[in-house]
Formats: sequence, C-alpha cells, structure tokens
Amino acid sequence: MTETLMDFDAVLAAYDPALGLEVHVELNTATKMFCGCPASFGGEPNTQTCPTCLGLPGAMPVVNGTAVESAIRIGLALNCSIAEWCRFARKNYFYPDMPKNFQTSQYDEPIAFDGWMDVVLDDGETVRVEIERAHMEEDTGKSTHIGSTGRIHGADYSLVDYNRAGIPLIEIVTKPILGAGERAPEVARAYVAQLRDLIVALGVSEARMDQGNLRADVNLSLSPSGAGTLGTRTETKNVNSFRSVERAVRYEMQRHAAVLDGGGSILQETRHWHEDTGITTSGREKSDAEDYRYFPEPDLVPVAPSREWVEQLRGTLPENPTAKRNRLQEEWGFSDLEMRDTVGAGALGLVEETVAAGVAPQAARKWWLGEMARRANDTGTEISDLGVTPAQVAEVQGMVDAGTLNDKLARQVFDGLLAGEGTPAEIVEARGLAVVSDDGALSAAVDNAIAANPDVAEKIRGGKVAAAGALIGAVMKEMRGQADAGRVRELILEKLT
Amino acid sequence: MSATSTSTRLSATKIAAGLAAGELTSQQVTREHLERIEAVDGPVHAFLHVDADGAMAAAAESDARREAGAERGPLDGVPIAVKDVLATTGLPTTCGSKILEGWVPPYDATVVRLVKEAGLPILGKTNMDEFAMGSSTEHSAYGPTRNPWDLERIPGGSGGGSAAAVAAFMAPLALGTDTGGSIRQPGAVTGTVGVKPTYGGVSRYGLVALANSLDQVGPVTRTVADSAALHALIGGHDRRDSTSIDQPLPDLVAAARQGAAADLSGMKVGVITELSGEGWQPGVMSRFTESLALLEQAGAEVVEVSCPTFVHALATYYLILPAEASSNLAKFDAMRYGLRVLPEGVDSPSAEEVMRATRDAGFGDEVKRRIIIGTYALSSGYYDAYYGQAQKVRTLISRDFAAAFGSVDVLVSPTAPTTAFKLGEKLDDPVAMYLNDLATIPANLAGVPGISVPNGLADEDGLPSGFQVLAPALADDRVYRVGAALESALAAQWGGPLLDRAPALEGVSL
Repeated sequence: MTETLMDFDAVLAAYDPALGLEVHVELNTATKMFCGCPASFGGEPNTQTCPTCLGLPGAMPVVNGTAVESAIRIGLALNCSIAEWCRFARKNYFYPDMPKNFQTSQYDEPIAFDGWMDVVLDDGETVRVEIERAHMEEDTGKSTHIGSTGRIHGADYSLVDYNRAGIPLIEIVTKPILGAGERAPEVARAYVAQLRDLIVALGVSEARMDQGNLRADVNLSLSPSGAGTLGTRTETKNVNSFRSVERAVRYEMQRHAAVLDGGGSILQETRHWHEDTGITTSGREKSDAEDYRYFPEPDLVPVAPSREWVEQLRGTLPENPTAKRNRLQEEWGFSDLEMRDTVGAGALGLVEETVAAGVAPQAARKWWLGEMARRANDTGTEISDLGVTPAQVAEVQGMVDAGTLNDKLARQVFDGLLAGEGTPAEIVEARGLAVVSDDGALSAAVDNAIAANPDVAEKIRGGKVAAAGALIGAVMKEMRGQADAGRVRELILEKLT
Repeated sequence: MSATSTSTRLSATKIAAGLAAGELTSQQVTREHLERIEAVDGPVHAFLHVDADGAMAAAAESDARREAGAERGPLDGVPIAVKDVLATTGLPTTCGSKILEGWVPPYDATVVRLVKEAGLPILGKTNMDEFAMGSSTEHSAYGPTRNPWDLERIPGGSGGGSAAAVAAFMAPLALGTDTGGSIRQPGAVTGTVGVKPTYGGVSRYGLVALANSLDQVGPVTRTVADSAALHALIGGHDRRDSTSIDQPLPDLVAAARQGAAADLSGMKVGVITELSGEGWQPGVMSRFTESLALLEQAGAEVVEVSCPTFVHALATYYLILPAEASSNLAKFDAMRYGLRVLPEGVDSPSAEEVMRATRDAGFGDEVKRRIIIGTYALSSGYYDAYYGQAQKVRTLISRDFAAAFGSVDVLVSPTAPTTAFKLGEKLDDPVAMYLNDLATIPANLAGVPGISVPNGLADEDGLPSGFQVLAPALADDRVYRVGAALESALAAQWGGPLLDRAPALEGVSL
C-alpha cells in the first residue's frame, strides 16, 4: 500500500515534530543476563541454552554482575542518576520466542535515570537530548519464519533459536525531543550515531547495527505548530542504520502530516521500516488494551549498587565525546569541515584507531571518508559495519607508504578484504598486486611504450618532459597498474634525455 | 510379615542408627518400603511414580559405601519420597498436572541433588494438588490421595502425597513444599510432622514455582528429630537461588535433641488470639489447650498475643499467590515441553491457537481459576487496588510478627481449624477450602519458619490434629526445640507415637 506523503517543507510549516528514541544495546558480556550460558553470537541454533534461559519449570535466574556494571557505566556516561536500590520486573506477554512468556526487565525502578547527552550535529551545533532512563533486560529468542514471505503471515512453519534468549540488553530511552523542527531527522541520526560511539568507547558492546547489537526504535508524533501538545505517536522498529534512522523520521513526519491534513488520525501502533523501499508499514496495533501486567520479579533480590562502586565505575568512563572531538581536531590538524564530515560519517572512532595504528591523520581520513564511505553507501551499511578494520587500513596504508602498493592497487586489496580473501598481505600475494619496480620488467615495458608512441617520445627528447605522462600511462596499462609510477618516469627520462 | 516387624515402622533416625550399627542394610530398608508401597498405596495413592529400580540401585551403592567405610552422612541409605513439584533427572515431574504429563527434567532441583549426594535412595514422586494449588490433594489431575487414617477423607494439601506416604509407613522421610501450609496442614491432618523453613533457608532451584515469594521446600517426617536431620541436609545457601540466604543454619538437630529433654524453662510462648474462635473445631481446640498446658509443665511461660492484621492474611495471600502463579504458569505453552494439544477442526493452527488449546486441555479448574484471578489482580487499573494493596498488607503482617516476637520467643496456634474433611466435601466451595490454611498462611507471607507437630485425636471424629509453632526468620532452631518438647511430653502421656493408633491398611481396598 502506498501512503500519501506531505512535502517536507509543508510539514514544517504546519507541524512541530516530537521525537523519542529507544535504543537497545546488546552487551558483550561473556555470559547471559541470568544464567551461565555463553552470550556469543552465531553458535549453532539452540546450543547455547540451559534450563534457565529455556524457561524450564523450576529453573531460576541469577543476575550477571558484569551486566549490572555495564549498565551503570552506560548510565554514568549518559549523565544519569544511578538507583541506590532497584528491582527487576516481569513484563508478561505470550510469544513463542520468549521462553517464560514473560521478559525479565525493569519497570518503574530503572538502574539509571534522568540523564542527558549533548549531541553534536553536522554543522557543529549542539542539541541536548534528555535521557529518561536506561534499564536492564534480557533478549528474546529469534524466530525464523519459513515460507515464501519470510514473515509470520503466510509462513509454512517457524523455527526458534533460543541462543539469543537471555542475552543482556540495556534499553536507553530518551525523553520527548521537542523543538528540533526541520532538524528532527538529523538529530535522531546524530543521537544514535553518537550513542554508538559512546557505547564503543565504553567497550560494553560490539554495537553493530547490522548484527542487531544496537537496535533503534523511533517514536514520532506531530502536533500543530505552536500548540505545545503531544500528538499520537508511532513507534518504528527495524531501523538498522544511522541513515535509516534519519530517513525513517523524515518519512514518518511526512506520512503523519498527510494523514492529519487529510482529516484522519494517527493510529498508535508499531511500524516496520523497510530499508529497500524507504517506507514504513503497519505492524501490530499498540492499543491501550496491551497490558504487560508488570510486577517485581520475585525470584531476584533488589540490585543495590554501593555508592563507592558507582564512583569507582565513574572513574573508568571514557573521555567526554565533545572534549574528545576538540582534542582530536587539534591533534590531527583537521579543518572544521573535515572534522564535521568525519563525525557525520560516523568515522571518528575509526579514524582515531587508524591514526593510533600509525597512519597519518589525513591519509586515514581519506580512506574512511572516501573509499570506505563510497563502499558503505553502495551496500547501504554503516562504514563501521563494512567489515574492514582500522588495523587493516593501517596495514594497507603502510604498504602504500613503502611503495609496494599504489592507491589503485590498494583499492583492489579492499575488494579482496570485503570478499573475505584474508589479510591484506595474503591478498597482495594471492592477487599478485605488488607494484613492479624491478628495472628489467619495467625497462622492457618502457621500450615498448616508446616504440608504440614515437611522436610522444620525440616531444620528450625535444625537452617537453611533461609529455612523459602519456608514456607512463601506456606502461601502466601494459603492467595492469602494477608498475611503480615514479620509477617508470625515471626510466623514461633516462632513456630519452 | 506384619507391619510392626519391618523397618518401615522405624523413624529415619532409628533406621540411620541401624545402618550405622550394621543391623540393617539400605537394600533391606528400601525393599521393605517398596513392598509397603506395593501393599498399601493402591487405595492411598500417595505416589504418582515409584522408582523401584533406581531406589534399589542407590541402596546397593549406599551399602557398598558403608561396607567400605565411606558413608556420606548420617542419612546415607535412608529412603525418601519426593513431592512431584521438584525436578528430578530421569524421573517424571508432573506437578500433578496433565500439562506436564511425561516431562522428565534434564536437571535436578538443588534439594534433590543434595539428597542424592547424601546417599538417600529416592522411592518415587508423591501426589499433590495440581501445581500445589489446594488443601486436599483432590486437585491432582491423577486422582486424589486418601488419608491413611480414614480413606474417605482428604490427606490435606497440596502435599497430601508426601504426608500420606510418611503416615502410611511407605517412606520414613519425604520432601514437601509449603506456600501457604502445604507441608504443615497435611502434617496436621495425617498425624505427621512437617516444617516450613525460613524463606530463603532452603534452595528453591528446581522447585516448580507456585508463588515464588511464598514457596519453601521442607521436611515431612514422623518425628521432630527426623525433620531436623532432613532440614539440616537440604538447607543452606545455593548460588542458583538468588533469594537463598547466605549464612549458616542454626544447629537444628541439637535444638531438637535439647527440646526432647522437655525443658522449656526460660521460653516465652505466645498464643495468637486471632487464630482461634468461631469455625474452629472443638476437638482441635481441646487438644490445643492441653498442649499449651504441657508446654507450661515443661517450664515455658504461655501468654496471649494479638496479631490483628492476621485476619487479612487469607485475602492478601489469595491476591499475591495467583498474581505470581499466573505469570509462572505462562511458560506452559506447548512450545518446548509437556503436553501439546492441537485445536479441533483447525487446519494448520497458529502457535497462539495451539497454546490456547493446550492450556485449556492441560490445566484443571482450580489452576484456571487462579490464573484468572492473578491476571486480573495484575491488570492495569487494578494493580494498585489488588496486588499493590496486598503487598502493603503483607508488610503489616510482617510487622505484627516482628512486634509479637519482640515479646515472645515463639508463636503457637492449631495448625488447621479442623481435622481431615471428607473427599468432595469442599470441592465446590473454593473459599471453604481456602479457610483450611488460615493459620498457616501468615508464616509464608512473612517468611518465618513453622512446624506442625501431631498433638492428638479430636474427640468428635478420632482424627489427628496439629500444633503449630512459629519462630522469627532464621530462628528455625526454636520451632524444633518447642516441637520436640511437645512431642516428647505427648509420647510420655500416650506411651508411644500417635501413628501407632492409625489403621493398618494392609488388605484394605476401596
């Protein structure tokens, strides 16, 4: 079904958007939230399970202390208050991938609450996003619907993998973000991107959106301009990249406005984002009838982190993101524009790690914002999710610096890396990519080029050294790009002058 | 062979002594109990599953250990029965419900593991009200258990199977669970001893939860000393149960031994005013009053103590329990284990339709009733008025206990208001059924320990009554001391244990 959309500028003329973001972070603890099963990703289905995470009768949960520590560190990094005493609660609803048919979560007593994060937008403007809460909960199992549609409706049957059931999650919920106006889509994207950087810096999650380590739900409502009220919201799920967060907000703003302008009303519901088509579709209706019957989990004792512990954890926090950004810009000598582009592309951490691995800042920036950004764009992923690591970029740049690769060959190495052909060194070896600087091979190619282009050779002999470029091109063509261009130039000049 | 000449008439402590002295072997003792089960459990129906092979194998291992001087503790080789609500590897665990028919757990409850590690052969799994909901064992999906004193009467519940097994000499020891009296009330109506330990004193890991904040595992035996020995074995901290208390138990066996000397001088005993009066059977009250006199003779000071909020205990309990139970029982959805029923007349039913059909077919009426009550009590808009309010009253009940224990060492009452009623008598009147637990429920709400000790037969019907002793949390030793004192004073008066007067049962059929 195609929805009617209103022109974005027209939306802004008539409505104020209110944003709310719920981000689920899958922690990288060794074990699950309430049992000793490995929390690692990718095991054979249903091999990382036990009576507790399968919800067998009689089994009981025990809280993972490392997960509590991670939750507190996330809360502190988001400038939250940390509860002196809080409990887990059961969120009751039936679903086949939820072993107990209740999710052990937190309800009115979250571990962290009332925080904020200063989000830096692309032009350097800062927006303070208020954090309502960050709470601990467990993940559900994963359902796979087998059939032509791939969705539950029309499936022949469904399979459930409980390996994911019980993996620790932290859900971070913002307060309504008001007054963002035309920048609402950008604020949403920048918030999620900066939150991801923070999570990575804390080292508490792999934080890969494409693998579902970081999942964003986008709440959006519109109210008539200046009304100061909150409209009915929709919650868009399955938004799996920063860019999609921005697009989803924009789409929902345009869709809401069209519905409201047409005299309709917004249904409070869950919607699904479709990356390929760039639209949302209606999911289950989220009416008031949905009642999770929360109550305190009687199998667990309250979590009461001592103030000493909290202060100790505060001491382990990474540098404040804004201060860090300023420091790095200074160290790297980036212009404001270069820095903004780097942050906007979600590449700050990648550039930082690449520089730390020995690459000159400008070279690091060039790779990530040029080559990698292009490839990410082509495949619709975040550059951080491409699968190329800062260490690999540093290895490739090292070979460029040493003269064994040129930029063109280096790009072929990245092709190999993305195709999973091994380490950069292995790819260079396997693909035979090393630059040829052996005079024997080069000399023959230069002679061929001179013979094939006598008029160019004549110009050079006549002192027009700039014409050497054409001969270099011919040599490169013959050598399939693998010639050391500098040495070729020297040989041409030696032979002709 | 007459019943009196076999080891089945011995207490666990006496069997242990016989094993230690080489006068008995575990294989002999276990075999005699299996034979007793064979002889009398047809009409009693205390067991849902008997594991003769497993028990005999464990007995043989125990005898071999003892032969080698490597016995694992005083109860090594003494057989035990286990309530079917506790997970046992290799043995079905049904909780008295059709929905778990055929389920064999892949793990042992912590208490079962401890019992196995200590070398006690497990005779089998005992009958119970479905998911421990009931006071008569009539709500078992596998048919009721009958009271060995009168087969027309109920053995109490929910742990009627464990109590009847012990009362009918089919097991010297049994494990029970007590959420609102399910160990103590069956103890009272079958003339056996039952203890609900301090909440958190015994691990609940592997106990299929009825109401997590109320449930406790405890001993079911014929003597106070036996309960103390079993309690000492299963108690203590378990890292798999976050609510278990990380501190050592008091010396319960020593407390029972001290009490058996019938010296309670210096002890102050409080009689709970609110747990007597209208609706309490006169014969039960007579035995209670006589027992108080015996405690005074033993040197205790007996005073009356009012706990005014206890009158709200039943209502509080019947909100908190169903609320927790409604959530606990959600896991029985046919997706991973247990019963799976496909809805009739539906082609390729959805998961939700299978869940609905299975839960409809697999749960009995009492379970459904409590799921509905609990779901209602937790619902948005009703939570504050029901579940929230109940939690507040629960706090007040704990405060009444705290205030009472500020002036007395233990509190006492009759365990149950009446002796065993007839099968079917209260089945259509849930509230009348619930009233049986009036005296036992406050202890669960406050988490304090309690014991029921048999204190005679009511004049009206010649059926057993029970005497309840409650102590502050963690002071479980006090219930053993007072319980043992009463037990020894009564035995001296009667010239032997009460159960000697129970019918023989052999050859009886229904």
